[in-house]
Amino acid sequence: MLLGAETDGVVTAGWFLQNAWLIPVIPAIAFFGILFFGKKLPRGGSELGLISMVAAFTIAAGTAWQWVDRVHAYSPEYGEAEPVIRQWTWWQSGGTEFGIGQQIDGLSVTMLLLVAFISTLVLVYSTEYVRGDRRYTHFFASITLFSAGMLTMVIAPNMVQLILGWEIMGLCSFLLIGHWWEEQANSRAALKAFFTVRVGDMGLLVGTAMLLGIFGTLDILEINQLTAEGAADDSKNLLMWTAVALFIACIGKSGQFPLHTWLPDAMAGPTPVSSLLHSSTMVVAGVFLVARIYPVFYVGLDINVAGQQFNLIAVIGGITVLIAALLAFVQDDIKKVLAYSTVSQLGYMMMSLGIGAWTAAVFHIWTHAFFKCCLFLAAGSISHTASHHSFDMKKDMGGIWRKMPVTTGAWIASTAALCGVPYFSGFFSKDEIIDSARAYDYTVFYYVGIIGAFMTTAYMTRATYLTFFGTPRGAAAHFMGVAHDTSHEVHGHAADAVGAEHADDHLPEHADAHDAHGHDAHGHDDHHVSHSRPLPFAKTDSPWQIAGPILVLGILAVSAGYINMPVHKFYWFEHQTESAIGLPIAHEEEKSADGGEGAEAAAVEGEEAHGGDEAHSEAIYSVPAPPKFKWVNAAPGLILVALGFAISLGMSMAVFGRRKNLFAPFVGLTRRNRIARGGHTVLVKKYGLDSLYENIIVRAVAYPFAKAAYWFNQNVIDAVVNGAGRSGKLTGEWIYRNVDQRVVDGAVNASGLVASESGHALQPVQSGKVNQYGALLFGAAAVGAIVLILINA
Amino acid sequence: MSAALLSSTLGADVNVAQNVAFYIIAAVMVWGAIRVVTTNNVVHGALWLVVVLGGIAAQYILAAAEFVAVSQVLVYIGAVMVLFLFGIMLTRATIGSDTDLNNKGWGIGIPVAAAMLGVLGYVVLDYVGDDVLVDQDEARIAITTQSISDGYLGDYLVPFIALSFVLLAAAIGAIVLARKD
Amino acid sequence: MYAANFLLLSAVLFSIGVFGVIARRNAVMVLMSIELILNSVNLNLIAFALMNDNVDGHIFALFVIAVAAAEVGVGLAMVLMIYRNRRSIALDELSEMKG
Repeated sequence: MLLGAETDGVVTAGWFLQNAWLIPVIPAIAFFGILFFGKKLPRGGSELGLISMVAAFTIAAGTAWQWVDRVHAYSPEYGEAEPVIRQWTWWQSGGTEFGIGQQIDGLSVTMLLLVAFISTLVLVYSTEYVRGDRRYTHFFASITLFSAGMLTMVIAPNMVQLILGWEIMGLCSFLLIGHWWEEQANSRAALKAFFTVRVGDMGLLVGTAMLLGIFGTLDILEINQLTAEGAADDSKNLLMWTAVALFIACIGKSGQFPLHTWLPDAMAGPTPVSSLLHSSTMVVAGVFLVARIYPVFYVGLDINVAGQQFNLIAVIGGITVLIAALLAFVQDDIKKVLAYSTVSQLGYMMMSLGIGAWTAAVFHIWTHAFFKCCLFLAAGSISHTASHHSFDMKKDMGGIWRKMPVTTGAWIASTAALCGVPYFSGFFSKDEIIDSARAYDYTVFYYVGIIGAFMTTAYMTRATYLTFFGTPRGAAAHFMGVAHDTSHEVHGHAADAVGAEHADDHLPEHADAHDAHGHDAHGHDDHHVSHSRPLPFAKTDSPWQIAGPILVLGILAVSAGYINMPVHKFYWFEHQTESAIGLPIAHEEEKSADGGEGAEAAAVEGEEAHGGDEAHSEAIYSVPAPPKFKWVNAAPGLILVALGFAISLGMSMAVFGRRKNLFAPFVGLTRRNRIARGGHTVLVKKYGLDSLYENIIVRAVAYPFAKAAYWFNQNVIDAVVNGAGRSGKLTGEWIYRNVDQRVVDGAVNASGLVASESGHALQPVQSGKVNQYGALLFGAAAVGAIVLILINA
Repeated sequence: MSAALLSSTLGADVNVAQNVAFYIIAAVMVWGAIRVVTTNNVVHGALWLVVVLGGIAAQYILAAAEFVAVSQVLVYIGAVMVLFLFGIMLTRATIGSDTDLNNKGWGIGIPVAAAMLGVLGYVVLDYVGDDVLVDQDEARIAITTQSISDGYLGDYLVPFIALSFVLLAAAIGAIVLARKD
Repeated sequence: MYAANFLLLSAVLFSIGVFGVIARRNAVMVLMSIELILNSVNLNLIAFALMNDNVDGHIFALFVIAVAAAEVGVGLAMVLMIYRNRRSIALDELSEMKG
């Protein structure tokens, strides 16, 4: 049964647009296939996962292509492209129908393409990375279901389906982070991730219920339209709390301050998992939720209202940008550096949404996914090939750029993109966020943005230097020395020989997996070769399943930004997605105004356009148009980026490379200077948030209650009881002496005799036999009923 | 009681087939129930109980309650009876006939049960003695499986959830009680 | 069909169940008698639903079925425990409640 009429809009939607709901369905089916038949298949179910993801990606690509056509067909005459919505009744309760289906618009197309593409690459990567793992099939089953969950969420036409996808992802992230659960730390990390996100999920449920209360519907499109039309203006306070509740969910899911602590710990999972879940898909879900029902947040939290310098989303995002970037400086684990970097970048996205720069935020999701995924995969590639499953930059890495050209190249390209070097993809999105903050008069967040960019560059330079340059250390030294000048296969055997020395650095299962892999290689040589062949131009780099995706992502890390270049007044991406904002863009004012002031004027006027006399007359709210790019405005950020690179490189060389340079005096500062040491300690302890949560809050909740109860028990109740007992005894003695013995005794003796006699008479009734009790019970009931009837008759 | 029986058999606007089915099933059920409480063999008692429960399911169908009937078959005949048979087996009750199945004072049950029956019968005949039920063929009955599910997920959602907790608690309690340690 | 039919049948079953609860010595048989009582109540509920053309009777009947299932589960577990402790489930030998 079709719930909503098929919204074709003015222009007929093509096959892919009509059937985009297939995209999540295919991996979901594959999940069951892998679960039931995976172990019997020659490659343990991974082929099923791969086929399904390729199919999903194909449909997603077709959808994207037809969406672009649709936008093109709409744009001159009909304005913004209408979303393609199809809904079927999923279940109904008390007259309310809950649908399941699809809502295809610019945002969901972007996410579909992104998720399907990155999932495909990560699956290819995983076939080599987790080969021989004891739960190989389960790994692929979980990761396929995870992708299905994310895809379900991004095409959701209503909040219920969105929650469904959201929760599937939460479950799968638990399974995947705890994939190697034999290690205590991993299962702890999985639980931590799960519970931390669950804390936020309360907000999602409460917020959704409040949405239903306010609007009477859970359809995202309707909610957006109603909010944009000002239908909720009467209950603005309620809408504000709704937005806050929903944003709490986003804080949990997207690792925003103060619930960001789970994300770095979640690096306990296998690297493909970190790459897929914790860089480009799952953690983006929170940002996606804000972007999806943006009008609710925009109106509810008064974004872009004149004179409003701060709002919850922007503040949380801004704080996250800075504190996560600071934390990234003190990490020795390469994946943790990337994790904090992810948290920081998610802060950018949130901040961007908080200042009204919707398209910039979504574009940053897009570019960030490619380069961050690439960075994670590169880190995994290093640990897989060069450093023996170690992720410690200080102990087991360094100087490996010579032997891993693909990994190094992709890493450096992605780092440049992450730092916002011009004409790398990150530049276009990040700079637009920073520029928007300036143009929309959010001065504080403008400074947060450029300082964040500075810090990003600095910590990434440090990580890059430690990982790829300088002298090889630990496992990397073995890699560079022992396996010198030989093919990968020789290295593989050498690695097994060396493996024992570094047993401590291995995850035990993984070591097993590696050994098993070795045996497998001896048994089926051709099999081994056909799967672990490196790319032809990078013989000593990781096998092609690993290097290939990294290469593709590295190229995209450079080029993904070229679809939207404010530098050249090229707004193609924003044009494709802007219909999904749910609010009109104040373009008109922008055209009338001119030059650099225009954007600011647009920002202000866009907010004052409450009269609603524009093209979108029904909407009384609108977001400001993206600012005009000017190199002058971008310059401070770029200068800081360059400065960050220079300082960090100098420091790194001085500290880790022991070179004498300008920064040599700073070496060992944390040991010599108390303030610096204190700061360092605070960072190493992650601001104490973890211990706050685990020691203080958990104990604060659990212990005082127990303690207070005990104290109450010991002191109050005991005292009362003792007191009562004592006074009772005293009174009793007095009464005994005066009243009882003389007055009552006689009466009591008499009545006691009566009671005793009647008790003895009735004692046979208290036989302790259940049946007789039953007989008495039913008999009494019958007699009682008869009495009642007689009275009523 | 006899008045109702008489009037119902002689009643004019009465669906004959339905009535015949009712009385046959009712007779079997009453006989089965009497055997349950009088037989000297525990396993036979359980099997007679199956007859009664199956008869009740059949009566539900006559009363246009198909969903409840199916639930009755699934839960009682499917699950509860298996539990009973396991209970009989695990307590090593005498499988053959056992003259010791009744209490010494079982005779007291007869007057109590008779009093109960008298009271109930009197009340029933007094209040609804001449009411005729809606004939299913003539009037469409508004009770459908869908309306039952609407009830559960609508007005009775909270009791429904509470019931699920009861079942959970019962399952845990049964495990705790029956555990060997 | 007369509404009294179902109700009378139910009354008969109820009384037989009551007799069973009183007369039986074996704990399992007592539980079976209780099932008889519960089923007669269910039959009543269904009959009332038919009389009033209201779905509530069905809903409560299903509630009763669920609770009865829980009751049998716990009851038999208790019987099992009693049997394990005393090697007997004869109710007249259980007289801890004797006054």
